[in-house]
Amino acid sequence: MLTIAQDTYDAIVAHAKRDHPDEACGVVAGPEGSDRPERFVEMVNAAGSPTFYEFDSTDLLALYREMDDRDEEPIVIYHSHTATEAYPSVTDIGLASEPGAHYVLVSTREHGNNDGPVEFRSYRIVDGVVTEEEVDVVPALPGPENGTGAT
Amino acid sequence: MTIEVRIPTILRTYTDGEKAVSGEGASLAALIDDLEANHPGIKERLIDDGDLRRFVNVYVNDEDVRFIGGLEAALTDGDQVVVLPAVAGG
Repeated sequence: MLTIAQDTYDAIVAHAKRDHPDEACGVVAGPEGSDRPERFVEMVNAAGSPTFYEFDSTDLLALYREMDDRDEEPIVIYHSHTATEAYPSVTDIGLASEPGAHYVLVSTREHGNNDGPVEFRSYRIVDGVVTEEEVDVVPALPGPENGTGAT
Repeated sequence: MTIEVRIPTILRTYTDGEKAVSGEGASLAALIDDLEANHPGIKERLIDDGDLRRFVNVYVNDEDVRFIGGLEAALTDGDQVVVLPAVAGG
């Protein structure tokens, strides 16, 4: 199951709507091993395409260096589909390279740039196998298990 | 000559879980051959048909190797190489 804070959920949806009809993409980073999507990072779709997304290679390196410095990992990797359902494409499955991440797919096919509901679904993609999981949107993430951090 | 190579999560099965390994070689191609000798199987994940795989990014001292000669990119002692799979899809 993916547990995600409402404001992070809203930020992903807003990004997808803003970039429609091109695909939007980004990550939500969190402490290594925590499964907590805490830090929303919008990325540029270097492909600038309605049918493809790719993080710019320089931005990708900067992102991974930053996560490394902060002892973070990508908890969520999100992108949008703008004309099809929120389900991983063959390309998505073939290129998925973070077996520990939640792959979030948003589809803006119904309302495009406008207000209105979107499909928001989450998957694990491991060795070419896609497993959908439940998405639990909460007002705020629960406190870390060690109880020392703020909620 | 020693070159530090940062290994992404998905390729750590070839490095016994290590995040970084060291290798040697005067070019990226030579370095990858050296890595293959110590971590069999890794080369095939980086190279396809004699060229770097389209969706694998390799950086030498923060420069994408595609802009500095690809597999022929020159390496010197102390260089840092980072391997990162592209985050991409359709």
